Amino acid sequence: MKARRVIPAVIATGLFVTVLSACGGKQNNATQDAAATDTLTIGMTQDLDSMDPAKAESAGTREVLFNVYDGLMKPDTDGNLNPAVASEYVISPDGKTYSFTLRKGVKFHDGTNVTAQDVKFSIERYKNSTTGGSLVSAFAAVEKVDIVDETHVDVVLQAPDTDFLAYFTIGITPASVEDLDANPVGCGPYKYVSRTPLENVTFEKFDDYWDEAGRAHIQNVVYKVTTNTDAIGMELAGGSLDMFYRTPEAQLSQLSEEEFTIYEGTMNLVQALYLNNAKAPFDDVRVRQALCYCIDKGQIKELVSGGKGEEVGSSMYPSFGKYFVPELNDTYKTDIEKAKALLAEAGLSGGFTFTIHVSSAHPQHIETAQVLKEQFAQIGVTANIQQIEWNTWLSDVYTGRNYEATVVGVDASALNAPSMLSRFQSDAGNNFVNFNSAAYDETYQKASASVDDAEKTALYKDCLTILSEEAASVYIQDLPSFVVLNKKFTGYEFYPLYAQNIALIRPAE
Amino acid sequence: MEKTSFRQRFKTYVSHLPHPGYFRAGLVITAIVLFVIIVGIFYMPYGPTELSPDRLQDPSLLHLMGTDKMGRDVFSRVMYGSRVTLLVAMGTMIIGAGCGILIGALTGFYGGALDEVVMRIMDALFAFPNVLLALVLVSLFGSGTFRVMWALGIAFIPSFARVVRSEYIRCKHMDYVKNARLQGVGNLRVIFVHILPNVKGVLLSNLLIGFNNAVLAEAGLSFLGIGSQPPYASLGQMIAEGQEVFFRVPSCVLGPGIVIVLMVLGFSLMGEGIRTASGTLEE
Repeated sequence: MKARRVIPAVIATGLFVTVLSACGGKQNNATQDAAATDTLTIGMTQDLDSMDPAKAESAGTREVLFNVYDGLMKPDTDGNLNPAVASEYVISPDGKTYSFTLRKGVKFHDGTNVTAQDVKFSIERYKNSTTGGSLVSAFAAVEKVDIVDETHVDVVLQAPDTDFLAYFTIGITPASVEDLDANPVGCGPYKYVSRTPLENVTFEKFDDYWDEAGRAHIQNVVYKVTTNTDAIGMELAGGSLDMFYRTPEAQLSQLSEEEFTIYEGTMNLVQALYLNNAKAPFDDVRVRQALCYCIDKGQIKELVSGGKGEEVGSSMYPSFGKYFVPELNDTYKTDIEKAKALLAEAGLSGGFTFTIHVSSAHPQHIETAQVLKEQFAQIGVTANIQQIEWNTWLSDVYTGRNYEATVVGVDASALNAPSMLSRFQSDAGNNFVNFNSAAYDETYQKASASVDDAEKTALYKDCLTILSEEAASVYIQDLPSFVVLNKKFTGYEFYPLYAQNIALIRPAE
Repeated sequence: MEKTSFRQRFKTYVSHLPHPGYFRAGLVITAIVLFVIIVGIFYMPYGPTELSPDRLQDPSLLHLMGTDKMGRDVFSRVMYGSRVTLLVAMGTMIIGAGCGILIGALTGFYGGALDEVVMRIMDALFAFPNVLLALVLVSLFGSGTFRVMWALGIAFIPSFARVVRSEYIRCKHMDYVKNARLQGVGNLRVIFVHILPNVKGVLLSNLLIGFNNAVLAEAGLSFLGIGSQPPYASLGQMIAEGQEVFFRVPSCVLGPGIVIVLMVLGFSLMGEGIRTASGTLEE
C-alpha cells in the first residue's frame, strides 16, 4: 500500500539506475572476439527500403547495394567512371548512342554468365514499368537498346546527353530473375545471404567476382539496423558493431583510440537553409541575400561538428572537384550591416518572422537550425524551429512545397552535374525551393545540350554561379562524416557519392 | 495578525500529521526547486539559448553544470527547462483535475444513463497508458508545449473522474447531504458546496501524486522529442540531448535528471504526509 505512493520517485531513480547500468556493460565482450575477423558487423540507422536497385530510393540503401550490384560502369574513389560489366564504351559524336563492349567472364551470383540479353533486359526494365512511366526516372530518356552481337550492346537515347554515362552505374541483373527484392542477384563483390526486416541483412563474399583485384577480403558482412543513434558509441565499444558510418561527432571522444580508427571525410551533400522562393518574403532576392550575409558558416561548423566540414557557396559539394567552384564560397562574407541594409531596402527594416521546418530524424540539421536562429536574431529576423517527422517532411516540404524554409542536405543520385543541378530549373518536378530564373534555365539547357566536355563544364559552373548570386538558398556546408572502424579491420575509403565499398576493407595484420 | 494566524494554523496542521517529517522534508525540497525556478524568471547566468565556443565544458564556477555540445550553459537551461516542465505539469493538472472533478462529481451524484455512458468512455480512455494516449493525441494535433499540455491533461482526466465519482457515490447518501436537501438546497449547490469540501483530502493527495505523474510523463514525452521546439528545451529533452555526451560531460544528463528527481520526490513526500493524515478509504 505504502509502496505504491512512492512509485513516481522509484520510477525516477529507476531511470537513472537503468542509464547507469547500461553504461556498466561497456567492456564485457570487447576482447572476447578480437580474433574473429571473418565477419564484419556494420550499423545502419534505417532499414533498406528495397533490395531491388530500381526501387532503392534512399541514399542509405544505395550505398549498401553498391556492394551487391555492378553496372556497366563503376565509380572509383576519385569520382571517375570506370568500365565494369562493360570492358569498353564509345559515345557517338552526336551524344545519342552509347556502345558498350561486354567484359568476358563476368558472372552473376547464381553462377551464370552475364550476357547481352541480361544487359538489354536490365536497362529496359529500368526504362519501363508496369504502372506507366519509368521504373528509374533517368532511364525515360532511353529510346531503345540494341543487341549488336553476343558481346556488344548499343543504348540509344532520345536526345543527345553526354552526362548519361553516370546512370550506367546502376546494377545489371539476370533476365531470369523476376523479383529482385526477394531474391537479389547481381554481379558485385558480395552476394546476398539473408535478411530479417528491421533487424539485419547478411552478405557473403562472392568468390567469382570478375575483378580479381577488387575481390572482397572479409567472408561475411552483416548490416545491423541500429535506430538509436545515441547508443552507437556504446554498441561499438561493447563489440556488437565493428563499423559505423556518419557517427555523430560528439560520440567520437567516447571511443578508445586503441580500439578504433576514425576516418574523416564528408557526407557528399549540400547542407543549406533551403528557402521557398515562391513564398514572401523569400520571393525577394534582397531578403535571401540578407540572410546569406547574416550567417557565419565558421561558427556553424564550430558548434555543430567541432569545426569539421567543408563550406559550400552553391549547390555543389567540394569532393565533386570537376564542377565545384571554390570562389563561390566567398560570394557572401559575413557582414551584418550589409544584411541589415538589404533588409531595409526590401522594406523589412524591422525584421520578420518565419518558420524553419526540420526533420526530427536529422540531429545535425536541427543543431544547424538552432545556430541559424541565433545568427538571424542579430538582424532582427526571428526564426522559429518546428521539428517534423521525416515522412511528413517528405510529403509536406519536399513534395508539397508547403513551407517557408527548411534545413536539409541534398545529395547526388549519380556522379554527374545534372543530379545536383537539374532540380533548380523553374519547371523541374523536384524543384522544391521553387527557384525561378530564366537565365538559369537557359544556361542549364545549353549545358545539357552541349557535347563538348569543356564547354559543358564551364556552363554548369555558370549555373552554380547563378544559384549563388541569386541566393537561391542559404548554402552552408558539406557535413563532415566520421566512419568508425574497429582496429581489427582496415582499408576504408570515401567515395564522392553515396557508396560504401566494403570489398576494400580487410583484416588488419 | 492574519499572517500569524495562518502560520499558526499551518503549524498546527503539520504537527497533527502522523508523519509530519515527510511533509516537512517534501516542503523543503519543493521550496528549493521552486526557488531556482522563480530566480530563473528574473535572472539566469546565461541565456538558455546563448551559443558559445566553449563546448562540452566540465562543471566549473563559470558553468555550474558545464556546457552542452553547442556551448550553452546547462545550469541556465535547467532553470529554464524546469520552468517549462513545471508549467506543463501544472497545466496538465488544471485540465486533468478540472475536467475530472466535474465529470466525476456529476456522474457520481446523478448516476443513471449519463453515468454509464460517460464512465464507459472514461474506461476506454483509462485502458491506454497515459503516455501512449498523449502520444496519439500529439501525433493527431501536432507537437509543441501547449499541445503536450492538452494531450497530457486529457490523458489524466479518467483517473480523477474515477476517484471523485466513487467519493460522490459514497457521500451522496450521507446524512448531511439529506439534511441539505430537506432544507431545499439545489443539486448544484449540494454538489459543489456541500460535498466537494468533504472529498478534498482524497483530492489533494491525488493531485500531488498526479502532479508527479505529470512531471514524469512530460519528461518522458519530451525525451521522445515531442514538446518544446528547439532551441528551447524542457528537462526530458535535455536528458535526451545529453545522452550522447554522457561520458564526456555527465552533468548534461545528471543536472536535469536530478531536478526531475527532486521535483518528484518533493511532491511525493508532501503527498505522503497529507494522505496519511486524511486517513482515506481509498487504497
